[in-house]
Amino acid sequence: MFESLSDRLTQTFRGITGKARLSEENISEALRDVRVALLEADVALPVVKDFIEQVKTRAMGQVVSAALNPGEEFVKVVQEELIHVMGDSNDGLNLQVAPPAVILMAGLQGAGKTTTVAKLAKLLKERDRKKVAVVSADVYRPAAIKQLQTLAKEVDALFIESSADEKPIDIAKRAVQTAKTQFADVLIVDTAGRLAVDEAMMGEIRSLHDFLKPAETLFVVDAMTGQDAANTAKAFNDALALTGVILAKADGDARGGAALSVRAITGKPIKFMGMGEKIEALEAFYPDRLASRILGMGDVLSLIEEAERKVDKKKAQRLAKKISRGKKFDLEDFRDQLEQMSNMGGISSMLDKLPGMGQLPPAAQAQIDDGAFKKMAVIIDSMTIQERQFPDLISGSRKKRIALGSGTGIPEINRLLKQHKQMQKMMKKVSKKGGMQRMMRGMQGLPGMKGGPGR
Amino acid sequence: MSDESESKPGLWGRFKKGLGKTRGQLAEGVGNLLLGEREIDDSVLEDLETSLLLTDVGVDATTQVMQELSQRVQRKELNNTRALHSALGGLLKDMLAPLAMPLSVAVDAKPCVIFFVGVNGAGKTTTIGKLANRLRNDGNEVMLAAGDTFRAAAVEQLQTWGERNNIPVVAQHQGADSASVVFDAVQSAQSRGVDVILADTAGRLQAKANLMEELSKIKRVVSRLDAQAPHEVILVLDAGIGQNAISQAKEFDAAVGVTGYVITKLDGSAKAGVIFAIAQQLPKPVYYVGIGEKIDDLQPFEPQVFVDALLAND
Ligand SMILES: Nc1nc2c(ncn2[C@@H]2O[C@H](COP(=O)(O)OP(=O)(O)OP(=O)(O)O)[C@@H](O)[C@H]2O)c(=O)[nH]1
Ligand SMILES: Nc1nc2c(ncn2[C@@H]2O[C@H](COP(=O)(O)OP(=O)(O)O)[C@@H](O)[C@H]2O)c(=O)[nH]1
Ligand SMILES: [Mg+2]
Ligand SMILES: [Mg+2]
Repeated sequence: MFESLSDRLTQTFRGITGKARLSEENISEALRDVRVALLEADVALPVVKDFIEQVKTRAMGQVVSAALNPGEEFVKVVQEELIHVMGDSNDGLNLQVAPPAVILMAGLQGAGKTTTVAKLAKLLKERDRKKVAVVSADVYRPAAIKQLQTLAKEVDALFIESSADEKPIDIAKRAVQTAKTQFADVLIVDTAGRLAVDEAMMGEIRSLHDFLKPAETLFVVDAMTGQDAANTAKAFNDALALTGVILAKADGDARGGAALSVRAITGKPIKFMGMGEKIEALEAFYPDRLASRILGMGDVLSLIEEAERKVDKKKAQRLAKKISRGKKFDLEDFRDQLEQMSNMGGISSMLDKLPGMGQLPPAAQAQIDDGAFKKMAVIIDSMTIQERQFPDLISGSRKKRIALGSGTGIPEINRLLKQHKQMQKMMKKVSKKGGMQRMMRGMQGLPGMKGGPGR
Repeated sequence: MSDESESKPGLWGRFKKGLGKTRGQLAEGVGNLLLGEREIDDSVLEDLETSLLLTDVGVDATTQVMQELSQRVQRKELNNTRALHSALGGLLKDMLAPLAMPLSVAVDAKPCVIFFVGVNGAGKTTTIGKLANRLRNDGNEVMLAAGDTFRAAAVEQLQTWGERNNIPVVAQHQGADSASVVFDAVQSAQSRGVDVILADTAGRLQAKANLMEELSKIKRVVSRLDAQAPHEVILVLDAGIGQNAISQAKEFDAAVGVTGYVITKLDGSAKAGVIFAIAQQLPKPVYYVGIGEKIDDLQPFEPQVFVDALLAND
């Protein structure tokens, strides 16, 4: 496994720099790289094949811009094409029908349907001020109805009772009646998970669909799904005429190729991503973010561009030289670094562009707030030059003085010194491997950056 | 899920029926291989590669299998498609053979403590319900611990399985400390002389460091009651998951020391080909496979049957 597609492509294109055009021969190896990357991201093989053809057509004859080498140019084509295939961002829900507008949930066992019902109810209630009713037609999974009841209470949606002794179709009929008499704007119908190969169960949901005539029929797919996403999506789309897709469990480290498979096979928009187990963890779908993730490289290109535009080149070069000569990365350098980062729109905007980073749970994101960086700069300003160059000198009494001077506390000073040590370690690594790009990627390895608190 | 009255005779039949759907794709490659002993050319090999990739075998494992087969073709050991087909079957079986090992309940342990871990929705709770039934049929006294204190109605779900099996379930309220539930359960099992305790845990994504730490904590706490406990930590893998299953195997192992796997939902069209990669990188026994939602839809893993069914051509 390679670290990122751009790494590999750079390698592939090494021999052919200087060529002004991407041509059939010089991109065939690169296309193989893309194929492997997509397969490793679990994009379904038939979808991969089509995609490769499209990229090939687009890339050929593409003139390489002066600013980019052929490798980078090619990455750009791949990324743009991927975003294109993935469709527009967040279509929202189309509930413009006589109330109650019905939303029918469909998908495999354990995909995330019931949780998503609660998330949607919360969103519609709070964002759109709708009166939302929910009902469970899952009479199979033990305590499935209870699960929805608990969640409905949590989001304060109208819960329409049902029981495991009832037939799903009877539940649906009764629920529509109740939703009407209660003047609900929206009725969300949860269903049991089912396999696409289970004809009886597919028949059941088809009859639910026929009766309910839903405004939205949403297919919930687990972001970790492999090649089967294509089979399953096709079967559900054929049976139900889906109106949209929700990608659940996208808060993990899966590359999420299933999203591309489902999108390409059904042609239906991906409307939301589930970003956690909690009921507020539902986010709009952004094709660019997912494209980067599938390719496993973050929005590296725009990061590079931005870095080039905003970084104080002289300072950066000075630092690079110093470090490559094996010199220590002192607090002075740390301060410069912090300044550069806030010039680039703050660390949070940088992290957004890196693979896996956008998925940080909110609690962890709060830890890397930009205000904290300003504070850190103030702390360093309160140190003597000697202290900045030799942080080991900073004893207890010096800490007290610095805390006083910067209007902070001893724990904050300690934290800063610790973070500086970590950065120093990282710099050592960077000096061995070299390159800004490396450093950016290295940030993923920062302690506490992977995962984090929250569900 | 739909009522299948044919149930008993064809448990494997059901599995194969599901596999048949995959075979739709596999057959493109493998099925054609059987047609009239054709000569092996590049397109045959390419089809074969396609078939493997389509069942989540993954790029690395597929490449390895293909290299091995191509070499044998070059050495003229395999002269026609029929020979190629059986060589592939043999190769795949050999890769899985070391994983075929039954789950044995540690008899000296009272109780034998078995943890179930895995990502959200993998099939942990259902597998516990099915396994409890098996263990009871083998004459064990079984108890369940409702260690999923997070998900809505997870406790009630496990309690239903307890009722179906007519066995006790130790539980606290939603939001309780998972480690303390499991601790209580083990303690009470010790005093009652229970043979096996199956501990459910909340589903969690392996990238979430704090949730993985929570698992390690449950393990630490339980080992205070019995240094050997948990005797087994079973990672439940959904057959539908693609290459992420490899990361699941690694991370759960790092956090709690996985001792074996169960693959669920093999009754669908997903075939869990990623198990070949797992067999290479993190070989551990596959104790069972899940082939449905009913209490008896749990079968021992048999590589022979698994691969045969995968490559079969009716
Ligand atoms: N078809 C099929 N469905 C299964 C199988 N095993 C479990 N399921 C279903 O998959 C869904 C999730 O199963 P659970 O046992 O609740 O999974 P879990 O890992 O405990 O889930 P969480 O606790 O929510 O993380 C349920 O609808 C089960 O009925 C199987 O082998 N085949
Ligand atoms: N991490 C994470 N877990 C999720 C998400 N959506 C659902 N889950 C979990 O996945 C499991 C199955 O979800 P559930 O809604 O019961 O799935 P259903 O069987 O399709 O109704 C539960 O443990 C949920 O908490 C998500 O977006 N992220
Ligand atoms: Mg459900
Ligand atoms: Mg469970």
